[in-house]
Amino acid sequence: MLSEGSSFMKGIALGGTFCLLLSLLGSFTPGMQSSPEDHHHHHHHIKAPTKDELQSLSDSQMVELSQRVRVYCVIMVQPSVLVYWSTAKDTWGKHCDNAVFYSSESAKALEAVDLNEQDEWAKLRKALKHAYDNAGDLRWFFVARSTTFAIIENLKYLVLAKDPNEPFYIGHAMKSGELEYVEYQSGIVLSYEALKRLVNVFKDEDKCPERGRALWKLSEEKQLAICLKYTGVFAENGEDIQGKRLFNSKSVGSLIQDSMDKKNLDVVEGCCSDLAITFSGMSPNQMQVMMFGVYRLRPYGHNFHDSLIFLPPEGSDND
Amino acid sequence: MKCLSASRFCFYLGFVVGTLSLYLFLRQLWFERSMELPVLGGVQGSSVAAVAEEKQASVERAALVNLNVPHHTGEYSRVADELYQKVRILCWVMTGPSNLQTKARHVKATWSRHCNVVVFMSSVDDPDFPTVGLGTGEGRDQLYWKTIRAFHYALEHHGNEADWFLKADDDTFVVVDNLRWVLSNHTPEEPLYFGKRFKPYAKQGYMSGGAGYVLSKEALRRFVEGFKSKVCTHTTSVEDLALGQCLEKMGVLAMDSRDTLQRETFHPFVPEHHLTGKFSKSFWYWNYCYYPIVEGPQCCSDLAVSFHYVDAELMYTLEYWTYHLRAYGYRYRYRPPLPQDLVERLAQSEGATVGAAGRGTVPAGIIVVGGGDQSKIEAVSYEGAASGSKIPMDNNRTAVTQERQQ
Repeated sequence: MLSEGSSFMKGIALGGTFCLLLSLLGSFTPGMQSSPEDHHHHHHHIKAPTKDELQSLSDSQMVELSQRVRVYCVIMVQPSVLVYWSTAKDTWGKHCDNAVFYSSESAKALEAVDLNEQDEWAKLRKALKHAYDNAGDLRWFFVARSTTFAIIENLKYLVLAKDPNEPFYIGHAMKSGELEYVEYQSGIVLSYEALKRLVNVFKDEDKCPERGRALWKLSEEKQLAICLKYTGVFAENGEDIQGKRLFNSKSVGSLIQDSMDKKNLDVVEGCCSDLAITFSGMSPNQMQVMMFGVYRLRPYGHNFHDSLIFLPPEGSDND
Repeated sequence: MKCLSASRFCFYLGFVVGTLSLYLFLRQLWFERSMELPVLGGVQGSSVAAVAEEKQASVERAALVNLNVPHHTGEYSRVADELYQKVRILCWVMTGPSNLQTKARHVKATWSRHCNVVVFMSSVDDPDFPTVGLGTGEGRDQLYWKTIRAFHYALEHHGNEADWFLKADDDTFVVVDNLRWVLSNHTPEEPLYFGKRFKPYAKQGYMSGGAGYVLSKEALRRFVEGFKSKVCTHTTSVEDLALGQCLEKMGVLAMDSRDTLQRETFHPFVPEHHLTGKFSKSFWYWNYCYYPIVEGPQCCSDLAVSFHYVDAELMYTLEYWTYHLRAYGYRYRYRPPLPQDLVERLAQSEGATVGAAGRGTVPAGIIVVGGGDQSKIEAVSYEGAASGSKIPMDNNRTAVTQERQQ
């Protein structure tokens, strides 16, 4: 009995040491580590260039860059809720270099590309193909629903030092099993190269079918991620220097309320990024108020020595 | 079948148990440690600063000094800091015991931190919040009593610490830096008073209570003197009107607080209401406003000073919009000139400072376009003209911009 007991104890001791050794050896953090990164994931988190990185660029390079980062906005509208189309057009859409609206069907008074399509994934495919064909000399693409609000200047700052001839697929990165995808609701950013590869893989019915072949339908945001993955393009998370989300699927008010509920010491600091790019779920009126809050309201005497200049759009008075 | 000996079996069992239990133990440890990390994603002590701030607030009765409010990295606040020294504002917030946790608390956590001095006025003393007890009751009929006593208290206890005295409600949001801008070209030795101007019942008009109003030191002295000499008495509980009438009797001037484009700065409603609402023609507001009502985006100055009927969530949202969220590199349409004496003060001390990355300083509002020998100075108009001019893109040119004003 005693020999069995002591063997048992020895077993426990050895087992414990074995586990400890393993954890120290492989920096094994039990349970919390996400699955080992694919060797393709060179840059998983995208942040805007820091002050130091920017200071290495000369003034003329700065100006050139301010003008060179130009964004084609792909804005998906629902003809049943026309007011979001007119609001997007009258608010944040003005800050895109080219804002093009895409609709499932035509409607009176609606100025949008008629995709003549009800299926969400097919709509997205057609819109992206159209955007690629009509890009002109624009090299960055921002895809959002008209119920999202975007601050395009902050988007430009985020991708400022990135080469659009490299594949980039950026937004709020989410994980579903092994698939990492960018959340549609908070806006999707694609570089020219990523879009080019995507349009190319559209032709491949095996890798990227137009109508999903799965028994249950995958959401269009996941379909997009799968197709891009085949071309070697992976989702990257947009965040600021402090690691805060830049792409949000909720409204400012909602996020503030969340911060209040969490009883943060500093509600505002614990809420949202200073250079946030998107918010979602706001009413048209709230979007007009956002224009005031983002582009106008500020405390006198506080300045930022930003390294870029973005001029206000012509013929506008709410920004 | 040959079985394992009992002790062998126990050994293996022990081994498995040992591994499993240590695994669970390590997992729990890691989990707990990750939960302790501060929620604030701050780098380099912004969370530390927040904790220190909270401690300080509960110890001192006065407001936090503006310079303790953490500035953002890359922010240049020389002008705001100069104005903080030059235009000293005492903010007193009208509140009551039942509103401390639901309303006043959020004022304390947001805009009131930017005042030179802040005092929360209530009917009763509360050393923990802290609030000053005015010895009145609570309720609408006590409003003017509270106002009278609050102003007397402010002059008596803090008369030397401030030049201007702001009254606000616990559901008013104030951008104190913008108030300093409005006041910067005036002297506190003149009897002046600013706010959202209403016209009825008083010849020169009076300022809306909810939108907040400000008295110069001389105006405050005259208000207190008015009660001492019985020229002013408690006439009605309609606090803003009664105060306006007293001030008029004492020769205090009701001023125009609109910006250089005649846009209102003090607002009696929330931003959404002013920016997107349509006031019905029968609404009392139409008959009350001293200046013509503008609906839509031009209702409100970029340098708005106040909003009213602001609930807790909107308080923090406004603080976020004002002091945090911005569009990187965006050049505002409205960029009014610096107050004259500030221009001189700043010019003296800035001198020949070379900014970051070798950019020289340039008088604000001017863009220098050109490189080498040929510099073309393109003066940009200050006030509100749509800045449709594009910066010419040419690899040989250098655009140097230095904005030291908005």
